[in-house]
This record gives sequence, structure tokens and C-alpha cells, in this order.
Amino acid sequence: MTTTDVPAQRTTPVGHGSMPRKEDERFLRGHGRYVDDVVLPGMLHGAVLRSPHAHARIVSLDTSAAQAHPKVRAVITGQTLQGLNLAWMPTLSHDVQAVLATDKVRFQGQEVAFVVAEDRYAARDALELIDVEYEPLAPVVDARRALDSDAPVIRDDLEGRTDNRIFDWETGDRAATDGVFADADVVTTQDMIYPRVHPAPMETCGAVADMDPVTGKLTIWTTTQAPHAHRTLYALVAGLPEHKIRVISPDIGGGFGNKVGIYPGYVCAIVASIVTGKPVKWVEDRSENLMSTSFARDYHMHGEIAATSDGTILGVRVKVLADHGAFNGTAQPSKFPAGFFGVFSGSYDLRAAHCEVTGVYTNKAPGGVAYACSFRITEAVYLVERMVDVLAHELGMDPAELRMRNLLRPEQFPYRSSTGWEYDSGDYPRALRAALDLAHYEELRDEQQRRRERGELMGIGVSFFTEAVGAGPRSHMDIMGLGMADGAELRVHPTGKAVLRLSVQTQGQGHETTFAQIVAEELGIPPEDIDVVHGDTDQTPYGLGTYGSRSTPVSGAATAVVARKVRERARLVASAMLEVDPGDLEWEKGRFFVKGDPTSGTTIAEIAMAAHSDLELPEGVEGHLDAETVYNPPNLTYPFGAYVCVVDVDPDTAQVTVRDFVAVDDCGVRINPMIVEGQIHGGLADGIGMALMQVMAFDSDGNHLGGSFMDYLLPTTMECPSWRLGQTVTPSPHHPIGAKGVGESATVGSPAAVVNAVVDALKPYGVRHVDMPMTPAVVWRAMQGRPLRTDLAIT
Amino acid sequence: MEITVTVNGQPYTRSVEPRLLLVHFLRDELGLTGTHWGCDTSNCGACVVLMDGVPVKSCTVLAVMADRHEIRTVEGLATSEGLDAVQEGFRAEHGLQCGFCTPGMMMTSRWLLDRNPTPSEEEIREALSGQLCRCTGYENIVRSVRWAAEHEAAASAVSDAIPEQGGPTPAPQQRSEVQT
Repeated sequence: MTTTDVPAQRTTPVGHGSMPRKEDERFLRGHGRYVDDVVLPGMLHGAVLRSPHAHARIVSLDTSAAQAHPKVRAVITGQTLQGLNLAWMPTLSHDVQAVLATDKVRFQGQEVAFVVAEDRYAARDALELIDVEYEPLAPVVDARRALDSDAPVIRDDLEGRTDNRIFDWETGDRAATDGVFADADVVTTQDMIYPRVHPAPMETCGAVADMDPVTGKLTIWTTTQAPHAHRTLYALVAGLPEHKIRVISPDIGGGFGNKVGIYPGYVCAIVASIVTGKPVKWVEDRSENLMSTSFARDYHMHGEIAATSDGTILGVRVKVLADHGAFNGTAQPSKFPAGFFGVFSGSYDLRAAHCEVTGVYTNKAPGGVAYACSFRITEAVYLVERMVDVLAHELGMDPAELRMRNLLRPEQFPYRSSTGWEYDSGDYPRALRAALDLAHYEELRDEQQRRRERGELMGIGVSFFTEAVGAGPRSHMDIMGLGMADGAELRVHPTGKAVLRLSVQTQGQGHETTFAQIVAEELGIPPEDIDVVHGDTDQTPYGLGTYGSRSTPVSGAATAVVARKVRERARLVASAMLEVDPGDLEWEKGRFFVKGDPTSGTTIAEIAMAAHSDLELPEGVEGHLDAETVYNPPNLTYPFGAYVCVVDVDPDTAQVTVRDFVAVDDCGVRINPMIVEGQIHGGLADGIGMALMQVMAFDSDGNHLGGSFMDYLLPTTMECPSWRLGQTVTPSPHHPIGAKGVGESATVGSPAAVVNAVVDALKPYGVRHVDMPMTPAVVWRAMQGRPLRTDLAIT
Repeated sequence: MEITVTVNGQPYTRSVEPRLLLVHFLRDELGLTGTHWGCDTSNCGACVVLMDGVPVKSCTVLAVMADRHEIRTVEGLATSEGLDAVQEGFRAEHGLQCGFCTPGMMMTSRWLLDRNPTPSEEEIREALSGQLCRCTGYENIVRSVRWAAEHEAAASAVSDAIPEQGGPTPAPQQRSEVQT
């Protein structure tokens, strides 16, 4: 790993800093190219027939009327797929998922049949002509009843399966934690639900599959955050040779973790293209997206926190019941069934911590890891930041003061947490102080006091989080056996322009700009002269894609490393050009010159031309100016942040208004501060949405109650305040440019701040906890002494 | 049935099913794919275009209802002189990320500035409240619209001061009376 020539304490932006984005021009003109914009000659349109039942046996399936529709070209059923051994597909969690149901349906909205027609309207028409007879079965809706001895077994397709338990997983030191709790002055417990929500990217999932019957090559344009992994999985699942599969991820209208996995619709589109010999487009509508693609969260958590009576936090103990839906499709590294929930010890120096997670099947859509969760860190941070506030409530201490007293200190880094995670760097007290100052915390508390005396409800919520992003070291992190390293290739053309090829896949995070900036920083080539190519598996090196805020930690590192390789090649070429020893050359951005003689030098563009010319090159230098690398990160990066949220609650209507939100983030070196701030703004809106509005609820029959934007509420301009951001810069010591990931930080850190603020506002009512989403009805109920969301799971 | 819809100044005559949505007419029939489709309940506003100068959600308008009407889409925002001030504002203030909501957001912003060249933050937020964005948290969208307003005001001040030079005036707008 080339990390030694890094100015390790660099704290300024990289390349051209807050430069405008290179990708904007096409989006501003309506010239972005998203999956549904792709049109191919002879292209057909697919539509999915979905189950109206949560749990039912399929008695019969009659497609004859649909097949007779004049515009229908094919109707694919589970039986069709069975003939191809594709009725089921493997998931990222070593389970299987039905592509099209053959035996029974296991959640409402599950895929039952796939119609292929000449246009998208006809395909929908034909769905109505399919006749399915169902025999309804009792559904499992409440995760807390999934393990009851009389609970229906959802996965009777799995040999020997007699219950709905998916896994039991634990981390930390149970005995040590029990010991800490036994000796503590104060032990406080709190149950809480992180409700099922959905990432709901503006663009839904879709694909255009084109199997060329002559060449045998499959090209699939698809909404994927991980095109290379998809290619390999299609090869493994469909038995197609991998060099005959080309996955193209064009412009993606937001991903947020929704577009990591492979959905049945993609497989159906591929099969339909094989069956019809034509390209087949499948684009789901919003209801399908919400009901059947990857949900997020759905953790039922029982938290315990132990402390001394003067407020030293000693330990945290957690039990989690994880609702994974009908198929375990959770996307995370193979060895981490609960993702990185293990970082639930948070930003505090605990003596011991322990948690147990039990995953269960229910009659709901699969998913779990999505929506900027960094593999369950949303849940971990929410748990610990709620527990710290609950402890502050019990001790009668100010929650900011309690945090300040317990935060890890800068000199403790690298810090090995009590659950075994090695935090790379941090200066937590400085970040918290910055946030409190920016929010005028002390004055807010005074104002709150005055308002309370007038009967007004104002709340101040603090959260402090440590993220863990950049998965990850190949030794223990893989997706389906694929190590989480990422490649990069950099080629400088003879005229000094460059092309950088990446394995990660932007969905709006600005990679085309920021990765060019990294090369610009390393080689002195202007960003506009560097084309960033990604999202096409025929054109880019292998890698695991973009999610878990891993692009900057892994591919960003790869980019810096590959640029430095090119620079070292350039040094050798320059030494031949200038007829000096390579060691006698000094680098200034964009140019090598002879030590002690700055006038004798040559630019990177001149070197590029010379590298392609008849210049006699030193022994072992092949010519041309390019390099490739694979970056296997030595550790994750651990960005952190301190958030303060201020809310007003209407005592008559229980309506919550977020008045102010201060976010201080530290993601190490900021490549492009403008883009970092945009990432944070978006994540803060997620926090408002989750805390106050979003939930996918189910009734006792398993009917999905959040299946459209009429019910699944997303924040608009009116719910979001004008965000106020601050920053500190604590570089990652192991990263080549000191940069940490940041994309998910705000989504991870902000919900707890909002909830803590609302609970703080309700203090006069003696409320200690309220479950999300804190709609007026929920807050009102809390004010009447009923704070828990029992309606989320029928008891 | 046969309809003639004027889109970005050019008339198109097509035979369409009465049930065809305007958003699909624009995208599938005319190949104008800048207008996006983000929901199925008329909430998200990714499909907003201007119909006779007024923002409409084109997923909630039948193509036949646009017969003999004027539609303006994101592809019609820029002129031969360059990007519209709203487009420039979105770039300058980083008012877009994935870009999926951007066309709709900009069309409504254009309409807003045409009828209210100096909107307050509250007015901007209210004008855009029928449209969802999942990336930006709206902050920079608000700043983008303000940027466009300020630059148009400055440009028109220049053109007022030096009328003989013309100045970089925005493209002519339909200013029909509007009820929101």
C-alpha cells in the first residue's frame, strides 16, 4: 500500500476544491441517460403480476387469456423459470429468494408472473387477464410472534425448516458486560423500534435486457450500484459465461442502497429477452418499488446502559429482533449477518459491551440493509444515542454534558472498541464543542426554560455518532465470496488528457467530478481534462460498487494510488527526457524539475507525449503513461459528527416543527466541500423523514400500508429547515489522501438528534422515549402517556 | 385519436390512445426523456412541465388534453445563447445530485421567477413543495432559485440601463394568469 508519501495531516480540499460538477451539464439539459431512457430496436416491455396476499398457496395459475392478448409476446411464470432452474435465486445473505412464485406467495407484492408485450400499457393490460387462484394462509406479521411455537412456517421450501428463525448472532464480551452491569450504580433500559422504512429513490428500479441470439452476448442496462458484482452473480445464477455478459449502469436516479441487490424483475427481463429474442425493458412503478424492493431498518431493540451515579458510562447491552421479511436478502458482507451493528458502542469509551441479534422471517418483502445505513450503523447509532439520552434523563443530567464527559479522547486513537472495531482517528470533543457553539446551545437551554414556563414545548436534541465506512479489508469482508477490494485504471493520453476507469458507480454523489479531482491533485492535470468512466463492466476494472459510503475510502484510495504509480512512471520518462537520474528530479504539481534548477523541467503533458514517442526509455519502462491497481483497504474509515436539532411542538396539535438543525461533520480531508455539504443536506432530510414521517406499516393480514407516496411520506421543502453545517478535519491516517467516507453520515446521525429533540420537548409530560415516526398522532399519544408504536407490530 | 401538441415551440401531430399520459407521450412518442416519472400518485413532481406557461404534473395530464396546447420541457429551457438562469443557478449552487428531480424542479422554478422575480425563501419553498427530491435536502435548490433570481435581476438592470445593447434577456415566457 502506497500511503507513506502522503502529507498525513493535510486538511485542505483536494484538487480544485469546491468546483462545480462535471456531470451537471447533461442533467440540466435533460440529457442524462437513465434506464427508462434507453430505447433499442424491437424493444418489448415487461410487467410483473404481484401477489395480493401476504401468505397464500398458489392453487392454479391461468395465463391463457393474457397470452391471447394481441400485443403480448410472452408470459413467463414460475414454471417457465423452473425449466431454466431460475425460479429461485441466491441472495446476498446465502438464502434463496423466489424470482416468480411456484409454491406459494410469502409477501404482498411478491412476483408471480411476468408479461412481455409490445408497449408498457399493453403489458399492464395483460396482467389483468391472468387468473390466479390462491388459498390464503395465516401470515406472520409481527416479528415478535415469528418464533412462537404455533407460528406458521413461512419458508417450508427450505429442507427441514420448522420455524422462522434465520440466525442468532452475537458480539462483544457477555461475561465482562454482565460484570460491568452488576457493579454499576445506575442501569437503565429502554425498548425501541427502528421502524421499517424504504430508501425510495426518485427513480425506481428497472432494466433493459438484450440477449443477442447471434453472438450469445447479454447486455443489460440496469439500475445497479454494483455492476461488476451483478455481472458475476448473473454468470453464477443464470449459467451464462461471464465474458458474454455486459452490465451497464447508466445515470442512476438515486440509489440509497435500494439498487444494490438483484431483483426478480431483472432476472425476468433477462429470461424474457432470451425467450423472445428481443430486448426487454422492465421499469417498476412507485408502488412496486415500495412494496417489493429492499426496505430498511425494522429492528426491534432492547437497550440497556450502565453508568456510575456521576455519569460515567460503563457499558451497553442490547438485544435485537430483526425482521428480515420472507427471504433473507439483506445486503452485507458475508460474515456480518447483522451488518456492522457491532459498532453500537458508539463514540464512548466503554468498559464492555455485548449484543445479540436474532433474525426472523415474516410475510413481508426482503431487504433490511439500505437507505444509507452503512450496514446497520443507522440502527447502532440510534440505539446508543437514544440510550445516552435515556441515561441523561434518569440522572437528571444535560445530555450534551453527559456526552462530553464520556466521548473518546483524541489521544486514544487508533482506538479498539469493546466490540473489536479499530477506529482510525477522531477528535470528538472538538466536534461536539463546535456544534454546541454553532447552535448556541447554552442560550437555547435558557430559551427553553423561559418557554416551558409559558407552557410552550421546545426541544433540543443532540446526537454524536461514529460511522464505520469503506468496506473493506478482503481478509474478513466479502460479498458472496467476492473480496471488497476495488480496481482503478488511469491512462494519460499523448496530449496530456486522461481517462480514469473505476469500479464504483455514482448515483448522484458526484464521482465524475471528485475522482477527477483526486487525479488532478496527484498529477496536476485539470479535472476537466480527466474523463471518469464507470458503470460499464466491459470498460472498467472489477470492483464491488458504491454503497456503505465506500467509494472514497476504497476507490478514492485506489485512484490516488494509481495516479502515484503514473507519476512514478512519469518520473522515469522525465529522467530520460532531461538526462538526469530519477532521484535528482523533484515534483511540483504537474511538473518534474531538476533539483536545484527549477527552470530545467518538463510538464506531465510533455512527459505523456514523450512516453508515446521514440524517446529511448530506461530499462524496464515499457512506454506509454498508464497504470492500474487494486486497492485492498487496511481498515474502514471512521468519520464522525455532532448534530444539534431544535424543535417546536404544538401543544394542541402535537405537530413537530424542526426549527434549526446544526451538523458538524468530520470526514477527514474533504475532496470537494461543496459536494460533501450536498451529501450532508440530503442525509439530514432523510433524518427528518425517518424521525417524523416515514413508516411502512402492515395490518394484521399483512397488507402493506405504505405502498405509495400518498401514505409513505417523504419530506418536502416545507418540512426541512435551512441546514446549518460546520466541520472539523481529522484525516484518516491509513487513507492515501486522508479522506473518509461521508455519504451516509447524516442519515446515520440525524434521526437520533430529531427524536432526542422531540423527547426533550415532551419532558414536561414525563416522556422518556417515543418511537419513530413521530407524527402528530404518535406525539399526541405520547403526551397522553402512551409513547410506544405498538401499532407497528400487532401485539 | 389525432392530436397536435406544441412542444418547445415545435408542433407535433400524433395519433395516440386517449389513455396515454402526457409524460409517456413526451418520453416515448417524442423522445424527450428529460421529463421523468417518479411515482404513480401525482406526488413527486419529477414529471413537471409547463403547459401554457403553468406547471403541470405530466403524469396527471392525458396527452389528448394537451391537444392544441403549448408544452415546455427541460429540453426547451436553454436557448441558443446558453443555459437559462435557472439552469445556471442549479449548477452554481449545487442544486442537483442524481439529477432525476432536476428537470421538474427547474420548470417550476422558471414559472415562479416569471411571475415573481424576487421570491422570498418561503415563497420558493412553497412553490416547490409539490416536488420531491431525495438527494439535496432542498437547501441548495432554494439557493439555486435565489441565484437565478438575483442574476436575472442584475441582467435586466443592465439591459434597462443600456437598452441599445439589448442585454442577455431571458427567453420570452408565457405569462398567463395563474392560480396555484
